[in-house]
Amino acid sequence: MAKRLLIVLTLILLAFMFWDVAGNYVEKTALEALPGRYVAQGPDELGAPNLVTAVVVTYRGLDTLGEVTVLFLSAIAVGLLLTLGGGTDAAEPPKRASEIVETAVEYLFPIVILLGVYIFANGHLTPGGGFQGGAVIASATLLLFLSLPQSRLRHGLLSATESLSGFGYVVIGVLGIALAGGFLDNRVLPLGEYGRLFSAGAIPVIYTFIGLKVGTELSAVLERFKGNAP
Amino acid sequence: MDPMAWLTLLVCVAILVGALAAVSLDNIVSAVIAAGLTSLFASVSYVILSAPDVAMTEASIGSGLSTAIFLYAINRTRRQEHDPDE
Repeated sequence: MAKRLLIVLTLILLAFMFWDVAGNYVEKTALEALPGRYVAQGPDELGAPNLVTAVVVTYRGLDTLGEVTVLFLSAIAVGLLLTLGGGTDAAEPPKRASEIVETAVEYLFPIVILLGVYIFANGHLTPGGGFQGGAVIASATLLLFLSLPQSRLRHGLLSATESLSGFGYVVIGVLGIALAGGFLDNRVLPLGEYGRLFSAGAIPVIYTFIGLKVGTELSAVLERFKGNAP
Repeated sequence: MDPMAWLTLLVCVAILVGALAAVSLDNIVSAVIAAGLTSLFASVSYVILSAPDVAMTEASIGSGLSTAIFLYAINRTRRQEHDPDE
């Protein structure tokens, strides 16, 4: 009975909290001070047409570095736990996928990888960026595992790519302190012509590093979960 | 209402139905698929709200990779679940 009462009380409190948000909702007609500054001066200051990227990579670059670190740590934890739990057992060989799936994946795999690279290389121009591109690359790996369950990734190459990308990201961030306005400032490279692929300073370079890192990490996590990893 | 509002309403109802199905379905694999569908409809709603960056992340990670990881994990735990009883 007391438990029921607590549940009802919690629901009433929650309703009370959200009533204020929902009841007195007024649509904003102008941006607040900080977003307004980003929108007004972001394109001139950082040279990136996609403002989301400018905020994510440069204005809030430290948060992005934190996100990359969190993903890195969880990938390590997954690798460690699944290896400790005897993840290398290959009791029965997995079933082969149908021929339709195998043939389709054969054609789709390079295209999906290319789409992932496009998304992170154009992160400063079009929607998307390092995380999205990396996730698309990992989806390509997932397709590969679905069609050929026995396939394995080259772990040496993956770890080398991942470590070098993480290292390069931090190196560019530190270069920002020395050459430009601060840690992770994108103006260590010239801003270039607005709207071109090679523009917006270090943003495309940073997003390429993030894309490679996220893509390799998520692929490695997928392979750990799939089992029979080396 | 204009067509866009109807589309938004449809997507919101689909999110709710998917989420309820994910909670209430007994078959755990179906529940995971329902959760993936919920993410997919959520990503559509992000596109409608003109947030394509978030929609991309939600579509690839929320409905693609995490569903696959859940399915792999279910596949691996079930095998061990049966062993001690026998």
